[in-house]
Amino acid sequence: MRSTAPTIDAARAEGRAALVVYLPVGYPDVPGSIAAAKAAVDAGADIIELGFPYSDPSMDGPVIQQTVQAALDQGTRATDVLHAVEEVAATGAPTLVMTYFNPVLRYGVDAFARDLAAAGGAGLITPDLIPDEAGEWIGAADDHDLDRVFLVAPSSTTERLASTAAACRGFVYAASTMGVTGAREQVGHQARDLVAATRAAGAERVCVGLGVSTGAQAAEVAGYADGVIVGSAVVRTLVREDGDRSAALHDLGALTAELARGVRQQTLAEAGGGSGTGAGAAGSAEAKHGTR
Amino acid sequence: MNSTDPRERLRSAVGPYFGAYGGRFIPEALIAALDDLTAAWEKAKTEPDFATRLAALHADYTGRPSPITEVPRFAEHAGGVRVLLKREDLNHTGSHKINNVLGQALLTELVGKRRIIAETGAGQHGVATATAAALFGLECTVYMGEEDTRRQALNVARMRLLGAEVVPVRTGTRTLKDAINEAFRDWVTNVETTNYIFGTVAGPHPFPTMVRDLQKIIGEEAREQVLARYDVLPDAVIACVGGGSNAIGIFHAFLDDDEVRLIGCEAAGEGAETTRHAATISKGAPGVLHGARSYLLQDEDGQTLPSHSISAGLDYPGVGPEHSWLADLGRAQYRPISDAEAMDAFALLCRTEGIIPAIESAHALAGAQQVGRELAAEVSDPRQVTLLVNLSGRGDKDVATAAQWFDLIDEGQATT
Repeated sequence: MRSTAPTIDAARAEGRAALVVYLPVGYPDVPGSIAAAKAAVDAGADIIELGFPYSDPSMDGPVIQQTVQAALDQGTRATDVLHAVEEVAATGAPTLVMTYFNPVLRYGVDAFARDLAAAGGAGLITPDLIPDEAGEWIGAADDHDLDRVFLVAPSSTTERLASTAAACRGFVYAASTMGVTGAREQVGHQARDLVAATRAAGAERVCVGLGVSTGAQAAEVAGYADGVIVGSAVVRTLVREDGDRSAALHDLGALTAELARGVRQQTLAEAGGGSGTGAGAAGSAEAKHGTR
Repeated sequence: MNSTDPRERLRSAVGPYFGAYGGRFIPEALIAALDDLTAAWEKAKTEPDFATRLAALHADYTGRPSPITEVPRFAEHAGGVRVLLKREDLNHTGSHKINNVLGQALLTELVGKRRIIAETGAGQHGVATATAAALFGLECTVYMGEEDTRRQALNVARMRLLGAEVVPVRTGTRTLKDAINEAFRDWVTNVETTNYIFGTVAGPHPFPTMVRDLQKIIGEEAREQVLARYDVLPDAVIACVGGGSNAIGIFHAFLDDDEVRLIGCEAAGEGAETTRHAATISKGAPGVLHGARSYLLQDEDGQTLPSHSISAGLDYPGVGPEHSWLADLGRAQYRPISDAEAMDAFALLCRTEGIIPAIESAHALAGAQQVGRELAAEVSDPRQVTLLVNLSGRGDKDVATAAQWFDLIDEGQATT
């Protein structure tokens, strides 16, 4: 299997943050979503999150709601998700599945972990599953050597940051703001504090998601986080009334390339974060953690 | 399946788990708010001042205790047994929903928030929440599926008259489940200022426990009333089940009375054997929806299936975790009641007793007819059998639906 950790560490060694791109399987259709993910990899995405379309995406904003509903209306199934993982992972980019918990529970937690690992998937991001409820999944991830990415939020207590960081493999997903997925004019100011607190609570790698849509925002977040996660803004390039797929892929590639330049910008090192400092901060946080 | 010993007294279950069900399957961002709410509720429950204020609201505002009414002319169509109705339809705002909302509104004050949000299906919980917002001077937003705003247009107007903002939800199936998704999206965004007043015994902990605690007054009153008047416990207690708050409310006081059968009536829509129903326990399977593990209607991939019922309040593909637990234990039985059976019982109660029930509650009445006939067959004198039915709401909101069902509108007159 291909964990996300070596990819994030390699990006860090290059003095930059990793770029993580989310795309829902089945939009505009299954082959179209695979083509989109491969285009994102070609344009500089380091890690791909493939969304398992779900009927009740209560943590998602309008763009992702609309696209996953369209994917479901077309009959996208669990087998399509695993097929997409296999195709995208073959590019060499670590490929996670972002999924609400019930589809995994229904498939069978261990069976899904087994089949995800067999498809070359890196692991799961579970937005509605907290480690407290995840005993079965934690065991299955260990058995099948998969990443398990849980979320932390600005409202998380210090105790919960520590317990969540301890339960994660790969990285910790820091939700930049209180709210649902979707592009925002500003990434929450709380994000930087949350990343620092999550590191202090023991996390080795922290990636930031929710609200990032431009290269400038990616550069800002890359100044303090190990990875920048972009979802809705990239997905939006696929939503076209004219259905022109090559134009959509062109736009997706252009935005991804802009984001990839963003995570490589060095100018923000002085703004209190650069990746070198970030690694140092992680190191000192580990040291601090170790003394507890 | 059960991690709780069934020999323990069932009434003492307080969550977050009911056997294998319940829990918190919810984004981390909401955990702090749920923890705060749990702590506030645990504290409020033990404070005499909270109990006193809630009791005063029940008595002086809602009109509790609600009476029990014996309905002999209706009972002739239920095997001739004795049928007693617990009259939650007589509460202010017209249903049991006010019991829960007043308690949670008091709690909102205690946690210092000034805005409340709610989801609603039939509109009864939305009306109750809008009412409490007016009473407590709180800002209020109610999420309601667009499909339901059409079916229950009168309740939309009621909520707006009371000063609430009603937001029609146009995602998914445009019904209650999507209204809940949208309310969660609002809550996760505005949790610092906003309290989510959940309407039923589903959702993440502490909602199933807290709403149950606020609704159990129904059964506590009814148990005393039946004992005082008839000197027996009922043979069966019957209620309709959507999310299940009125049912758990009337069941709870009887959970450890082993001789009292507990029967939940689920909406079978066009038939439990069709794809158009909301018979979650009868036809669903355990899974996770809206923050809790419980039975739900789902396909092979764990996608929530659309539910159907003539009654917007029962049109929900999930059910509260305590019901799933009671079903697995065999302590309560759940049976499907079709649209047609419910509407027959609806008309029967109107004609025989002069009471127009909510269509939701008419499912319980239809269940009572079945159970009455079944139990009457086991005894020499059917009058030895006593059924207690939760008449959870009144049917004013359903007059347009009933008029259409029974074709009561003369040609040329407006139908809505």
